[in-house]
Amino acid sequence: MWVIKNKFVFIFSILAVTLFVFNSFVDDNPYFKITAKDVELKIPQGFPKPFYTFKNNKLSADVFMLGRKLFYDPLLSGDSTISCASCHQRIAAFGHIDHALSHGINGLIGKRNVSGLENLIWKDTYMWDGGVNNLEVQPINPITNPVEMNETLEHDVYKLKHNKQYVMLFNKAYHDTIINSERMLKALTQFTGLMISANSRYDKYMAGKDTFSNAEKNGLVIFRMKCANCHKEPLFTDNTYRNNGIKPDTALRDLGRAAITGTDRDVNTFKVPGLRNIERTYPYMHDGRFRNLKQVMDHYANPEDYDTGADLSLHKIGKLSEKEKSEVIAFLKTLTDTEFLYDKRFMDPDMRQ
Amino acid sequence: MKKILLLSSFMAILWVAMSFSVCKTSKEKLMIDVYNFVGDDMLRLDTVTYKNELGQSFTVTNFKYYISNITLKNTNGKEYKTNTYFLVDEADAASKELTLNDIPDGTYSSVEFTLGIDSLHNCNGAQTGVLDPVNGMFWAWNSGYVFLKLEGKSPASLSPGHIFEYHIGGYKSPNNCIRKINLTFDHSFAVNENEPNIWVLRADVSEILKTPETIDFSKLSSVTDFHHATEIADNYKDMFDITHVGYKK
Ligand code: HEC
Ligand code: HEC
Repeated sequence: MWVIKNKFVFIFSILAVTLFVFNSFVDDNPYFKITAKDVELKIPQGFPKPFYTFKNNKLSADVFMLGRKLFYDPLLSGDSTISCASCHQRIAAFGHIDHALSHGINGLIGKRNVSGLENLIWKDTYMWDGGVNNLEVQPINPITNPVEMNETLEHDVYKLKHNKQYVMLFNKAYHDTIINSERMLKALTQFTGLMISANSRYDKYMAGKDTFSNAEKNGLVIFRMKCANCHKEPLFTDNTYRNNGIKPDTALRDLGRAAITGTDRDVNTFKVPGLRNIERTYPYMHDGRFRNLKQVMDHYANPEDYDTGADLSLHKIGKLSEKEKSEVIAFLKTLTDTEFLYDKRFMDPDMRQ
Repeated sequence: MKKILLLSSFMAILWVAMSFSVCKTSKEKLMIDVYNFVGDDMLRLDTVTYKNELGQSFTVTNFKYYISNITLKNTNGKEYKTNTYFLVDEADAASKELTLNDIPDGTYSSVEFTLGIDSLHNCNGAQTGVLDPVNGMFWAWNSGYVFLKLEGKSPASLSPGHIFEYHIGGYKSPNNCIRKINLTFDHSFAVNENEPNIWVLRADVSEILKTPETIDFSKLSSVTDFHHATEIADNYKDMFDITHVGYKK
């Protein structure tokens, strides 16, 4: 009798322990646990005031975790195969490794190179053409684009409302039972908006906490003379639209900024991209035409081949020797921020990747 | 004792005065019933065929637009601004009854509102209610609201299925399609607590297709970005009038 009872106790406790372990893994794996401290907005030294301030989207650990879950969940796509993270891979600074043009649902190919995601709250507009005016509404594009996630916002909200885990997560995040597109989009924005990269070797060098090799130092000097006019420190963009001399791709017929403004002088201009973590976000340019930084430098150092509409300030660059090109590349690689790339806050808590 | 009496009578006067002033600033509910027309005929989706200026016949399959920030002006020239957003959808009867709460008593002579959404609310990020992007009145690729959607069919249209579609939005110059509408009443009109007040706002689809720009379905059957958008916006600028200001128990 006692033995049987003991067996029961034994089985029961095994069950309880597995349940506990399982639960804590799914829900609260301590490695992926987010606390209030993790979601504080800290403006890095020397950065300007951000455009997006979270004023109407109060940062909280639970909303951030909801956003993280959404970012990694293929549920948001039409056939549950593509998540935000399918295109925005953490190891590539949330760009898409080795894909020139984005790959979406059913292997369909988009018309632009996936942007890396970092320091988004310092951008006044999003996308290569600056068509998106607020970080919160940016995800509507990939969600509803037929060659990306091919879903409607309305149906996403429906799926979330009928998913037990999300009902729980929304409730935890907002303390009531309302699930709508506004909350879904704001949660995603907490996740992407906190992707702040400001701990590269360049940042440490600037703060006097690291040293540069001679090549890196020379690269920085050349960069400041020839590139920083558009790729302005510390974000490495001045948030303007320019023609950087690459010739338009006649097959893609991407008008760039002009598709948004309808103004002739904006034809073939694109938003100046920030260059942080540039080593990781290959291939380069809005159409991913350059596979590596060497090709980028070869382009900039060859004024004879610039597009006729090239921005006048490009002519400051002139010819660069092979040595100078490699020094600029050495400098660009100091912008890689491994603390950001391996920040556990941005990892997939379900490790599906 | 005298002092107390004085004080209490003073208090009494104050109390009476205060209760008067409360009466004076009392607020009413105001309804604006919207009726969509095509010329002199009430709009009927899908079933009724109309003719444009050029005699091209057409049916309407979808008609939606935003009315926002309704402002009332009283006879003293004083303005009463409301922070309101309405999405009028021909297919949804409830959407055609606009309710304004807390309108101060007074005599009003004109109304002003925006067809569209002010630039601030075009940039405000994710919003809910009538401004929720799930209503299908939001452009994601060039963010901002579609202020007006008119869709239908015309044999004259050369688009597949002989459809026409005018999706008009854009809050930035030179493609700004926000239009301020200012309507003056024939008779000024009192809002008071005795009767709930109803206005009838009439919107005429045929005005979207003419003056200043006569729309030829065979030449312009699709407007879905800034191309030709301001032409249509200048057309819809005068599609409204107030036909009747009335009262209802
Ligand atoms: C099919 C691939 C794909 C998917 C899925 C995808 N994106 Fe993107 N994303 C892109 C591409 C391509 C761009 C650049 C588009 C452009 O400029 O036209 C981009 C741009 C962005 C930007 C703007 C970056 C900038 O600096 O301007 C943000 C933010 C973003 N995506 C977030 C998301 C979120 C959140 C999701 C999930 C809801 C998502 N993306 C899903 C491909 C994708
Ligand atoms: C006139 C402004 C301007 C100048 C000067 C300029 N750039 Fe650029 N840069 C741009 C623009 C705009 C783009 C995006 C172009 C596109 O995709 O069509 C770009 C893209 C890049 C990219 C690819 C980024 C990505 O995410 O794909 C790199 C790398 C780069 N520039 C480095 C440099 C370097 C190094 C210099 C100096 C030798 C330089 N740029 C000078 C405007 C400029």
